[in-house]
Amino acid sequence: MDTNTRAKLAAVAARARLLGLEMVYAAASGHLGGSFSAMDILTLLYQEEMRVDPARPQDPDRDRFVLSKGHCTPALYPTLALRGYFPVADLAQFRRIDGHMSGHAEMRHVPGVDMSTGSLGQGISAAVGMALAGKLDRKDYRVYALLGDGELEEGQVWEAAMAAAKYQLDHLCAVVDVNGLQIDGPTEKVMPTEPLDEKFAAFGWNVVSCDGHDFDSIAAALTAARAASGRPTVVLARTVKGKGVSFMENDAGWHGKAPNAEQYAKARAELAAQVEALGRQAGWSGAELTAALTGISGKEGN
Amino acid sequence: MAEHIATRAAYGQALAQWGEKYPDLVVLDADLSGSTMTKAFADKFPDRFFDMGIAEANMTGVAAGLAACGKRPFVNSFAMFSAGRAWEQVRNSVAYPRLNVKIVGSHGGLSVGEDGATHQCIEDYAIMRAIPGMTVVSPCDGPEMRLAVKALLDYDGPAYLRLGRLAVDSVTDEVPGYQFHLGKGAELRPGTDAAIIATGMMVQEAVKAADLMRGEGLSVRVIDMHTIKPLDEDIVLRAARETGAIVTVEEANVIGGLGSAVCETVCTRYPVPVIRHGVKDLFGRSGAAQAVLEAYGLTAQAITNSVRCALERKEQLRLR
Repeated sequence: MDTNTRAKLAAVAARARLLGLEMVYAAASGHLGGSFSAMDILTLLYQEEMRVDPARPQDPDRDRFVLSKGHCTPALYPTLALRGYFPVADLAQFRRIDGHMSGHAEMRHVPGVDMSTGSLGQGISAAVGMALAGKLDRKDYRVYALLGDGELEEGQVWEAAMAAAKYQLDHLCAVVDVNGLQIDGPTEKVMPTEPLDEKFAAFGWNVVSCDGHDFDSIAAALTAARAASGRPTVVLARTVKGKGVSFMENDAGWHGKAPNAEQYAKARAELAAQVEALGRQAGWSGAELTAALTGISGKEGN
Repeated sequence: MAEHIATRAAYGQALAQWGEKYPDLVVLDADLSGSTMTKAFADKFPDRFFDMGIAEANMTGVAAGLAACGKRPFVNSFAMFSAGRAWEQVRNSVAYPRLNVKIVGSHGGLSVGEDGATHQCIEDYAIMRAIPGMTVVSPCDGPEMRLAVKALLDYDGPAYLRLGRLAVDSVTDEVPGYQFHLGKGAELRPGTDAAIIATGMMVQEAVKAADLMRGEGLSVRVIDMHTIKPLDEDIVLRAARETGAIVTVEEANVIGGLGSAVCETVCTRYPVPVIRHGVKDLFGRSGAAQAVLEAYGLTAQAITNSVRCALERKEQLRLR
């Protein structure tokens, strides 16, 4: 990956985190921890990896993405907005009774969302179905699904894993956001899922690991997924829950909680500093930086 | 002479028949293709048949993904599993996004027989009907099943279709002017004293019951309600107005299914006595299918008792 691309991705991801924070604060509800752990992966997928055109969100030949951890809309919706599917201002509709941006991923109302999700374990099955359809139609699109490591406790995930291997869906790539935490605490205590590499390998999958906050590492994993033949790939991305906000990192308490005013101000200051620093490194103009720092509120530093 | 065929067999024939005309039709099964009769389609169109193994939750989600890419999936298992085990997948992955997936429940009701209570799904109408926007269809005989399959192929949206295990005599093909329309009941027998509204293979028993009662000088209307949701309220209200006594008959629990649907309409718009004839909030049990149906009162003879009950209620109300 060239330096410019890396710098751009870091800046876009930082801006997406700022937008996610604002969405959840404005709605006074939402899931930040798992959204921030997945933000770098989502940014790379939509900015670089996937063959998509925001002007044609229903293009039958597009790559598909399924947010199997469907609660992480504070990651997906900003990612889609920054890719150009809809205006950033739409994010202010998040979780509002008069808005169209529902709490969990919603395919009928939010442009760019390929599958409605929310109930854990179900998105990966839909991704398998999309991959089967592509194979049936002899299309060359790829299908990506993002799962949480806690989500892997759902038995349906392993039913889907068997089916993907049976049908040799080598154009299917599941990324697991391995942040090690779920609502009730560490995954290894709530319900141990490791060793994930051995489990997926035993289910017939190509297994790749990466650092989910290192764009070169994620890109290398996704490239390895493209090279797989005759079997689906799982990317086990090691991540930090709440990544980007010091007091949210590695704290299961930030799974599905909105910050109070004080916490919001602190988190916003941290993320704004990252946007500013990374935006400068990416060569953003003053106007671009101002827009990035404006967020969804229409006011800088709200 | 009436055709004698199980609705699941007619269903299997219809899928295989329409496979050519509908290239988007894909069929998924959960290791029961011999029983659900999807095998005929599988043999003819192997590329469009997916045996998903004994994993109904995933099968339902896979169908949702196929539908999101423009396919017309029919998802198959016993009703207990396609509607029961995978209910939440049907609700969240199929019905909520309004994807064009048909959930098919074979071996519905008690007539599974020997396999017993764990496989006798008597709740499918209720739990499928409770999902917003879900269409629920339960044809009574082979000819009607073939028409239902065609109608569901042409209907773009989530729907549930119940199939029966037993071979049954056809009753719809001998009715002059019979037509199948999704969401419209069909009057199979005219009548003015009472009306039986039945679904699935209980329609045959309802017709027999009406014929038995005609011998007693009673005029009993029979309505074949193949679509439980959306309910044909017009035909229900007409029956309420014109007969003043209704009996609903279903091979299902009396809670939440056809009887409940009819009551919901009648009690708010034209209250008349309604007797809900079906499984009285009990689990089924093992036995030869016919013996189980008799043990639970799902016979023409038992239906005539419910009709008499409804007539008594009607008379009491008239005298009051």
